[in-house]
Amino acid sequence: MSKIKLTSIAIKVNGVVREAQVEPRTTLVDFLRDTLFLTGTHIGCEHGVCGACSVLVDGDPVRSCCMFAVQADGLSVTTVEGLAPERGKLSAIQDAFCEKHAMQCGYCTPGMLIACHALVERNPHPDEAAIREAISGNLCRCTGYQQIVDAVKHATGAKSGAHD
Amino acid sequence: MTEPRKFRYIGRHRRAVEHRRFVVGKGRYAADIQLQGLLHVAIVASPHAHAKIISIDTAAALAMPGVHAVLTGEELNVNTEAMLPGVDAPQVKRYPLAHGVARYSGEWVVAIVAESRALAEDAAELVEVEYEPLPHIVDPEQALQADAPLVHAANGSNVIFQRVFNWGEVDAHFAAAPHKLSYRARWARSSTVPIETFAVSAWSNDATGILDVWASIQMPKFPDQLARALRMPGNAVRVHFDVDVGGSYGVKRGLKHAVLVGYLARKTGRPVRFIEDRLENMRGGDMQGPDRIFDVTLAFDGRGIIRSMRMRAVDDVGAYAGRSPLQLGKPVGAIIGPYRIASVQYEAISVMTNKTPQEAVRGFGQAPTNYAIETGIDKVARYLNMDRIELRLRNLIGKDEFPYLIPSGTTYDSGDYATVLGKALDAAPLAEIEKERDALRARGQLAGIGISTCLEPSGGNSAFEPLFNPKNQTTTWMDSCLIRIDLNESITALMGTSTSGQAHETLVSTVVGEVLDREPDSIRVLHADSLNALPSNSPVGSRMAIMLGGAAAGAAKKLRAKLMRIAAHNLGLPESELVYQDGNIAAKTEPAKRLTWGQLVEIAHRKIHQMPKGDEPGLQEKFVLEVPTGGKLPTADGRVQMYPCHSFETHLVLASLDPQTCKVTVHRYVCGHDCGVMISPDVVHGMTYGGIAHGLGAALMEKFAFSDDGQLLSGTFMDYLLPSSMEVPSISIVDHCTPSPLTEFGQKGSGEAGYLGGPAAIASAINDALAPVGASIDALPMTPYALWHALARAEKNSS
Amino acid sequence: MKAAAFDYVRPDSLRETLELLEQHGDDAKLIAGGQSLVPMMAMRLTRPALLIDINRLAELKNLKRSAGSILMGAGTRQRSVEDDTALHAQLPLVKCALAWVGHAQTRNRGTVGGSLVHADPSAELPLAALILDARLHLKSKAKGERELPVSEFFLGPMFSDTGATECLTAIEWPVWERQGTGAAFDEVAIRHGDFALASAAAQVQVDAQGVCLRANVGAGGVDGVPRAFPAIAERLVGQRLDNDDLLRSVAVDATATCEPGNDPHASAEYRRHLATVLMERVLRQAAWAAAASFEGSK
Repeated sequence: MSKIKLTSIAIKVNGVVREAQVEPRTTLVDFLRDTLFLTGTHIGCEHGVCGACSVLVDGDPVRSCCMFAVQADGLSVTTVEGLAPERGKLSAIQDAFCEKHAMQCGYCTPGMLIACHALVERNPHPDEAAIREAISGNLCRCTGYQQIVDAVKHATGAKSGAHD
Repeated sequence: MTEPRKFRYIGRHRRAVEHRRFVVGKGRYAADIQLQGLLHVAIVASPHAHAKIISIDTAAALAMPGVHAVLTGEELNVNTEAMLPGVDAPQVKRYPLAHGVARYSGEWVVAIVAESRALAEDAAELVEVEYEPLPHIVDPEQALQADAPLVHAANGSNVIFQRVFNWGEVDAHFAAAPHKLSYRARWARSSTVPIETFAVSAWSNDATGILDVWASIQMPKFPDQLARALRMPGNAVRVHFDVDVGGSYGVKRGLKHAVLVGYLARKTGRPVRFIEDRLENMRGGDMQGPDRIFDVTLAFDGRGIIRSMRMRAVDDVGAYAGRSPLQLGKPVGAIIGPYRIASVQYEAISVMTNKTPQEAVRGFGQAPTNYAIETGIDKVARYLNMDRIELRLRNLIGKDEFPYLIPSGTTYDSGDYATVLGKALDAAPLAEIEKERDALRARGQLAGIGISTCLEPSGGNSAFEPLFNPKNQTTTWMDSCLIRIDLNESITALMGTSTSGQAHETLVSTVVGEVLDREPDSIRVLHADSLNALPSNSPVGSRMAIMLGGAAAGAAKKLRAKLMRIAAHNLGLPESELVYQDGNIAAKTEPAKRLTWGQLVEIAHRKIHQMPKGDEPGLQEKFVLEVPTGGKLPTADGRVQMYPCHSFETHLVLASLDPQTCKVTVHRYVCGHDCGVMISPDVVHGMTYGGIAHGLGAALMEKFAFSDDGQLLSGTFMDYLLPSSMEVPSISIVDHCTPSPLTEFGQKGSGEAGYLGGPAAIASAINDALAPVGASIDALPMTPYALWHALARAEKNSS
Repeated sequence: MKAAAFDYVRPDSLRETLELLEQHGDDAKLIAGGQSLVPMMAMRLTRPALLIDINRLAELKNLKRSAGSILMGAGTRQRSVEDDTALHAQLPLVKCALAWVGHAQTRNRGTVGGSLVHADPSAELPLAALILDARLHLKSKAKGERELPVSEFFLGPMFSDTGATECLTAIEWPVWERQGTGAAFDEVAIRHGDFALASAAAQVQVDAQGVCLRANVGAGGVDGVPRAFPAIAERLVGQRLDNDDLLRSVAVDATATCEPGNDPHASAEYRRHLATVLMERVLRQAAWAAAASFEGSK
């Protein structure tokens, strides 16, 4: 095993440029969690299926387990910690997730919120099919997705499902 | 039947307390605990289904810079106690690391501790293990044969538990019944597979002698078992229950993980963390679920009245056993489902194979049994050419028959099954679903309607322990709550277990708010650590609304009573003359004569001279709740009260399959649900939706498949398929409330809702769809490939 | 699941990229979207000593539209193709295929060229490229530019004809005349967005009377490489496509040449059956779309 080689990177995370030395093999999610202590982004599978590690890179949702931190050098990353408009406030989607009980254990929630924010950015008034498509890359084991779909509908002014 | 009580906070929409931290990324999961100087663990696992370990060379790994320890079973096993199986099988010894023999592919053999997980993985590649493959066994029925290779030679057999129960006049009922129908139903090895894998960190403080543990657990008596395995006093192991657990639904036990990490933390003197990666989780995380073959015969008459049932269940528990054999025990408490079946013969066989061990899964074995029973109900209807709903209505226990004693000794508390079924059919409405089915059929689809009527035993007692292990005389499975009112007038409640998505903080604050008539959002709920906690048996067995809710209410009622005593003493009036509202207490007839909440609190905290005689200063009360109906050992013939409460659910499903590709689509899903009084309706509905989605996975997609060589073929999320938002349909839930007479507010459990009747209903819909072409399928998961096979078989039979 | 250690470089130009490849050969690996590569590295199924990141090479993201074809940079993100409605009109099959590719998160990173080089026999874009008979442009420092038809590119599962020192630079997509052309893509996966148990794609062109002028059909997941059947599809030319027997015979004969594998999700026999069913369906759907293109222009 040769000596560990480090690379300097600077990533704008939630609006603030963060400089660090990382091993090239460090994934973006490990960097966010272990170096920046932004533990809101979760790890579920590390092979690009579950979506728990979703973050926005230059505004687009990506899986941060399928990207090395060095690849994000110079780019802008938004994590769940950066979704709220300001400290102490919630985004409309975050607020709707609370209102509609769109989570239970909360583990997939950050990735779900990222996917939903990205959806609403592209399509401010999605129908149910569009919502389901947008979150189809994010696995949730608690909710059966129903209250997540309801929350997005609620946040975007669409009619919600059962139990209203 | 009593009408549901009226409540101020219970049963109302309220934002869950926990959500606020989750949506801003401030949850605190075990993997988020960042300890200074943390070391990381990687595992070397056996590549063989069964092999003798000849030698292990760890020198190269140990020599690698950044590696702190390399541990084998040889060292670990002499320094720790074996983990106990739930049944009486002392020769089935289980340690975190294999020693001498590895019994399944993926079993942990060596643990490496290094500065980072990546380095630990680098070092793991340098460990050389020499194996000598041994004959292995993967098929549970073959494992029962006398000449089968033995998974644990010292046990003398692959059978770890076997017993035949006879409850009632089975032979007589069978002899008298005009019709008998036998079938086999196969429940595949699937599991709950939470999105968070198991994570545990431990740190041993040499000066205090305390081992601190943060783990993503949902496990009864975890701290005690961990201390025992590590040969430490109970008061030297402190498990922190204030970590958020990223889903569990039964499986987050992780005792072997914690024993290993606890040992390594003590060995290295550094904080040590192990987070399973997904491959380790699937293969060696020991969290796969029940894997059952049911052979059932039903005895019934021409009107479809089912008199008796013979059921033989063979469950493949894998290479080692913790509580897994007990998953055949829990269904004893609802062995006749919601039906008036007068007698039952039940043979339960737990067999070991060279596969990943089984762990507790949502419902603790009840969902497979429900599926097996419901499969039979549909078959009887088809055999008699009778409507499936009508057949159920003829057999469902009537609402006036409660409390209802079932042959195996459990009394069902309450229910109104026919009404719930009727409400679901009306809500669908059935006629519309039938029209949709016909339209699908007209378009050439194989479409069918599925129905199930199932029970969710709740209140989580542990009566299956003494039932399956006479040496275990456990008769209590208590839970507790401690409540304090501080000098600044705020209320804090403490619970003694961790939460994995059940919103216990919301539950407790709602209940305490209800009893003390204080705003729930002002009430803080904390998770104590195990050295500060009152006894808890964790959120297993759909028990927390009943047990934690009941304990919280009990403690709050003690506080309220104390406040009343203080008021009576200071106002000079008997308590019967006082009225309690919003925490203030006033004279009934003279409202101005009152003490406010703040005044009462101040008296208790500061003014002992104003306290009634005999009352302690301060405001803190605990309540330890014993499970209602608990406390009894089984009879000699194996009758026992299993769980106290019984929720009911009925599922109505419209599904179709493309006759050519055999891809299934679920078009409509209605669930009628009665879990008594709902404390937090949003939480109950959420669990039910989630349980249905999980059930859909078990029915259609999920399976831990093994090759003949004993290799796991579905070890990634690309092969083990959890349903996504595109497979799970929109679901509508129809509530009904039959309060339980046994609980504080009339609540029953709902943590396993949806999953207990979902797979049966989906299987019912598929078989209804297949019936017109003469095909059927009685094995899960009903994948497109399996369905194509079923259709091809039917075609062959007809030609 | 952490990747083995590697060195990382992000060259500023294609020229520099090719020099690095020349220098490091088999030890180096290009990373584009990384949606398949990074998981494989995490599982240590592959362990390049040097990772060359080509994500930011503008030269690989060009899009040149000409009369009969579109030259698309290999580094073009799948998502940007998905968002380019003008492109959909010219490459209807690519649009149809993309609807089945992964999820928003993977399409945001995944590139068109990366999917082709990765050569998963079940992947959608390789099949679409085969049906359209795309041409691939590859470059290396030593040998310069090389072009080959995609039909010669896929050599086996996860194995394409990309030399150790070569970089796929562009994909040349033939554009069919808009009027009379229709495309369809269909697949069966147990879960949405997953690689298919089997897939099928077709593109056809018909005249105003519904007579076929041009056709191709193929299937994925039923052999070591995605398969297209231009010779068998040739039978459709000169025929009306509302003939189910004809479409079925094409599908049956095409499937007969496939050699699918077995796994727990599907047997070879079932996969073969799916390929037949799906190819017949996509031919029919493509024919409908082709006919509809006339209605749209009336």
